[in-house]
Amino acid sequence: MSGFLSSSIARKVAMALSALFLIIFLLIHLTVNITSLFSENVFNELSHFMGTNFLVQFLMQPILIFGVVFHFVMGFVLELKNRGSRSVKYFKYNGAANASWMSRNMAVSGGVILAFIVLHFIDFWFPEMNHKYIEFLPEDPTRYFAELQHKFADPLRVGAYVIAFVLLALHLLHGFQSAFQSVGLNKYTKCVKTLGKIYAIAIPSGFIIIALFHYFNH
Amino acid sequence: MNLTLKIWRQKGPQDKGRMVEYKVTDISEHMSFLEMMDVLNESLVAKDEEPIAFDHDCREGICGMCSLQINGEAHGPDRGITTCQLHMRMFKDGDTIFIEPFRANAFPVIKDLVVDRMAFERIQQAGGYISVNTSGNTQDANSIPISKQNADLSMDAASCIGCGACVASCKNSSAMLFVAAKVSQFALLPQGKVEAKDRVKNMVMQMDLEGFGNCTNTGACEIECPKGISIENIARLNREYLAATI
Repeated sequence: MSGFLSSSIARKVAMALSALFLIIFLLIHLTVNITSLFSENVFNELSHFMGTNFLVQFLMQPILIFGVVFHFVMGFVLELKNRGSRSVKYFKYNGAANASWMSRNMAVSGGVILAFIVLHFIDFWFPEMNHKYIEFLPEDPTRYFAELQHKFADPLRVGAYVIAFVLLALHLLHGFQSAFQSVGLNKYTKCVKTLGKIYAIAIPSGFIIIALFHYFNH
Repeated sequence: MNLTLKIWRQKGPQDKGRMVEYKVTDISEHMSFLEMMDVLNESLVAKDEEPIAFDHDCREGICGMCSLQINGEAHGPDRGITTCQLHMRMFKDGDTIFIEPFRANAFPVIKDLVVDRMAFERIQQAGGYISVNTSGNTQDANSIPISKQNADLSMDAASCIGCGACVASCKNSSAMLFVAAKVSQFALLPQGKVEAKDRVKNMVMQMDLEGFGNCTNTGACEIECPKGISIENIARLNREYLAATI
């Protein structure tokens, strides 16, 4: 890596900015999905808009994919570099005495989330891309709700989603406030920490509720 | 109390090193940890064995020389103290205690429990100072008004003794808390603002060159720091760095 990203602080800030971007995306994603609990029509309308709007499809979606890939690649590179900074390990290392499990295992929770994203892409994104841009199938604005319910009929898939979102909650419990610290905004620590805890629990819980709701109501 | 000690022995920088078990008996709970080590070394010398090398100097928690990783924690299980201030009352009769050097590639082992922390010195040399030119017109520091809040924060940051517990505790071997303290103590004062941009850029560059890991905000450094340096200083370091580079 060269230039600005060759500095450890710059890399840390870049990780934080991509994380904050993904935090905003998750909120938007949940806002759309949660409508499926209340109204089939609203969910279909919102999904149709997101799936057909030019700006969403050809500007926001590529930016989002770049953000996701950047966050994972940079996280992986940093994890390797950090592991390499202590070649001889401690015989006894009491990490739990001074740091939370979440903060020490961001790579573990991140790895599970990555596996989930692969599953999620296979479930929804690849079929969607195939439908619209490969087979050019006729667009049906009412198809989204039924597709969602069909996916969540499988208990194994629902179980995988629940586990992944629990890991996402653990990732966010550290990641949310860590991102703010990385960009130097510790002045608001208490507020950020509280907001981070609410976000880290509320957003994954929302996704879990959606998966369970459709499993029990399909 | 009687204790089993598992101690890292390494003849020199090139030696592979290994953990060696020792038994110590009749240790008083009022002893300091280093006094217990002295007792062990006396017994080794009496048996014509090589005593265990470990760093120490003032033995009152201010010089930053002692540097042991005890039972997996820098400076042992107590908080806000250095190894020399750790008392044996923190342990129980029959305990097994693991004693290792501070581990990081940037802190190579010299011998046994002694590590080379010159990386910190080189970071300091890269910018951890204020240039005072002896022109004859230098302003008296006492005539420059400084807010109480900033003076206190600067003093808190300046209390870093550079022991390296932050690096030893961090799962990434990051030196960010040390550098943050050294940058902050000047960044908060008007005298430090003149060279602020060069200071933060040069110190961070040197930190990276030394091979320390990246900070992931686990907060372990703050918990294990014997002087209680806050990770708020790391946020300040990040702000200073961004302001200097963008």
